Amino acid sequence: MKKTLGRRPVADVALQSGSLSVAEASDRSKVLQKLRIGDIGFRLLTRGAAITVLLILGGIIVSLVWGSWEAMGKFGFAFLITESWNPVTEQFGAISPIYGTIVTSIIAMVIAVPIGLFIALFLTELCPMFLRRPIGIAIELLAGIPSIIYGIWGLFVFAPFLQQYVQPLLINTLGNVPGIGGLFAGPPYGIGILTAGLILAIMVLPFITSISRDVFSAVPPVLKEAAYGLGCTTWEVSRYVVLPFTRVGVIGGVMLGLGRALGETMAVTFVIGNAHRISASILAPGTTISATIANEFTEAVESVYTSSLILLGLILFVITFIVLAFARIMLMRLNARVGA
Amino acid sequence: MKHWTVLAAAGLLAAAVSLPANAADISGAGATFPYPIYAKWADAYKKETGIGLNYQSIGSGGGIKQIKAKTVIFGASDAPLTGKDLDETGLVQFPMVMGGIVPVVNLEGIKPGELVLDGPTLAKIFLGEIKTWNDPAIAKLNAKVKLPDQAIAVVHRSDGSGTTFNFAYYLAEVSADWKSKVGVNTALQWPVGIGAKGNEGVANNVGNTKGSVGYVEYAYALQNKLTHTNMINKNGKNVGPTSEAFQAAAANADWKSQPGYGVILANQPGDQSWPMTAATWILMYKKPVDPAATASALKFFDWAYTKGDKMAEELHYVPMPAKVVKDVEGYWAKEVIDANGKPIYSMTN
Repeated sequence: MKKTLGRRPVADVALQSGSLSVAEASDRSKVLQKLRIGDIGFRLLTRGAAITVLLILGGIIVSLVWGSWEAMGKFGFAFLITESWNPVTEQFGAISPIYGTIVTSIIAMVIAVPIGLFIALFLTELCPMFLRRPIGIAIELLAGIPSIIYGIWGLFVFAPFLQQYVQPLLINTLGNVPGIGGLFAGPPYGIGILTAGLILAIMVLPFITSISRDVFSAVPPVLKEAAYGLGCTTWEVSRYVVLPFTRVGVIGGVMLGLGRALGETMAVTFVIGNAHRISASILAPGTTISATIANEFTEAVESVYTSSLILLGLILFVITFIVLAFARIMLMRLNARVGA
Repeated sequence: MKHWTVLAAAGLLAAAVSLPANAADISGAGATFPYPIYAKWADAYKKETGIGLNYQSIGSGGGIKQIKAKTVIFGASDAPLTGKDLDETGLVQFPMVMGGIVPVVNLEGIKPGELVLDGPTLAKIFLGEIKTWNDPAIAKLNAKVKLPDQAIAVVHRSDGSGTTFNFAYYLAEVSADWKSKVGVNTALQWPVGIGAKGNEGVANNVGNTKGSVGYVEYAYALQNKLTHTNMINKNGKNVGPTSEAFQAAAANADWKSQPGYGVILANQPGDQSWPMTAATWILMYKKPVDPAATASALKFFDWAYTKGDKMAEELHYVPMPAKVVKDVEGYWAKEVIDANGKPIYSMTN
C-alpha cells in the first residue's frame, strides 16, 4: 500500500487520511510536498505566459517609437495636425488618416451596434427555436470571411451599387437639407468614407452579435421569469433585465468590434479612395491610418517617409489604447452607479 | 553501428549538396509594370533550363529597398536611379523592356482613340483645374466629338508606383504648374481624385465610374477593354498607343546619355513617338556577394534579350533595340565582376 500511495488519485488519499498510521502520515506529507511543487510549477507557467504578452507589447511599443523617432524629430507635434502628405517634398502630416480612421469607425459603430444588439435580442428572446441555429450560423460565417474578400466584394459589387442607386438618392434628398447637406455633397464616386464605413459595419456586426447573443443567453432564466411574472413585456424584460445584467459583456463585444473597425486594412483600402484629404462630405474619398500604411510601405524609400508611416502606426496604437481605456472608465462608472 | 553513422553522414551530405540546387532559383523583387512579361519569360525559361525565377512584384520602391538590403539577387524599378545613387550603392542598372502608359476614360458613346488630349490639358485635369468634360480646353482638341456636361472623376494610384513616376514625369515635362505644385515621384500628393491600388485597381475604378479618367499600363487597358485616348506628342502629332509608337519613342532615345541607361522615355521627339513610353530597369551589385547566383540571373536576362522579344510583343511590351542590348552586355562584362576583377558572366552568343 505504501508504495502505491504516490500514484493513487488525490481523492483516494483524502478518503483514507482518517485511518493513517504515523509512518503513513510522513508519507502523506511527502505527497503533499510533491503536489505543492506541481502547483508552483503551474503557477509559474501561467504567470510566464501572461508576462510574455506584456513583453511582446512592450517590444512593439519600443520598436514603434524607435522607428518613428526620425519623423517625430522632424515634424514634432505638428505631425498630428498637418494635412499635407507629400512624398515629393517629404512633408508629412497625419490629420487626414486620423480623421478617416475615426469617422469610418464611428459610421460602422452607429450602424452595427444597434443592429447587432437587435439581432442578438431577437435570437435569444423572440426567435422560434428552429430558426435560431441557421441565423446563428450565418452570423458566425460572416465573421469567418477574410477581410480581403470583403474588400473585393466592396469594390466590385457594393461600390457600384452605391454609386448607381444609393448615393444619387442621398445627394438629391439629404444633400439639400440645411445643416447636414454638406455631409452628402459632391459627385457619387461609389467609393469613399461612407462606403468604407458601411463595409466596416458589415464586418464588425458578427463580433457584436455573437458576443451579445452569448451573454444574453447566460442570463439566469429565473430573473426573466420573475420579470414576466410581474407582467413585464418582452421589451421591458430585455431593457430592464437582460441588458443591465449583461452590459459588461455587451460593451466587451462592442469594443472588440470597434478594435477591428479601427485597425481594418485590406477591405478599407479597396473602397475608401485613398486620398489624403479631409472633405466635409462623407461621400468623398479619404484614407485611414492602416490603409495608408498598407498602400505606401513598400514604396517608401526615403527614411523620413518610412519613419512617418511607422509614426502613423504608433498613433493608431495610441488611439486604440485611448479607446480601450475609455471603455474601462465607462464600465467602472456604470458599476459604481449600480453599487450606490 | 559504425555503418549507420557513415550512412547518416552521407545522407546529411547529400541533403546539404541538394540544397543549393533548390536555391538556384533566381530571386528578384520590384516593379509591377513589367510583372506580366517577367512571369511569362520565367515560365518559358523554366521549361527550357529548369531554373526558376522567384519575382515578387512589390513595386519599384520596394525593389530598390530589397536590393539595397541584399535580400534579392536583383531589384527592378521603373524609376531609374541616378548616377550618384548607383556609385554610392555599388549597383549597376540596365533597361530590360519598355511599355506604354495610356490615359483611359469612361465616357458613354466614346470609342478607344476617339478622344484626343495633349500634355498640358491632361496635367490640368489631374490638377483639378479642368473639372468637366465639356471644358473649352478639351473641346478645342476634340472638335468632332460630342462631349458631355459631366464632372470629371480622376482616378490615380494609391500605392507608390513606377507607372505614377513616369506619368508624373511626363506631366512635369509639359506643365510648369505640375512641376511646381505636385512634382515627380513614385507616390504623390494628388490634388484631386480617388486612389486605387495597382494598375488593376485603377483599371477597375475607371471601368466602374462614369465620367472618370485614369492612367494604366497599356496591357491593362486592353485586358479590361477600357477606352484609351490618343495624345498630341512633342512634335504636335496626334498618335495612338501602339507598339510602333512605343518603339518610335525608344528609337529616338539617347540611351548612352545617362548613367546606367537611366533615360526616361516620356515626351520624346519624333512624329510617331507615344509621349508616355516608359522603360523598366534591373538593379544588381557590381561586386555581388554571391557571384554564381548573379551569373545565373544575368544568363536569364541574356536569354530574355535574345529569345524573349516575341513574348514581350504578345503582351504589348517593346523589347529593347538590339543595339542597346549589345551595349548592355558589354557593360556587364566591364562592370559586373568578381573579386579578381573577372567578368562574372560571359555571353554565349
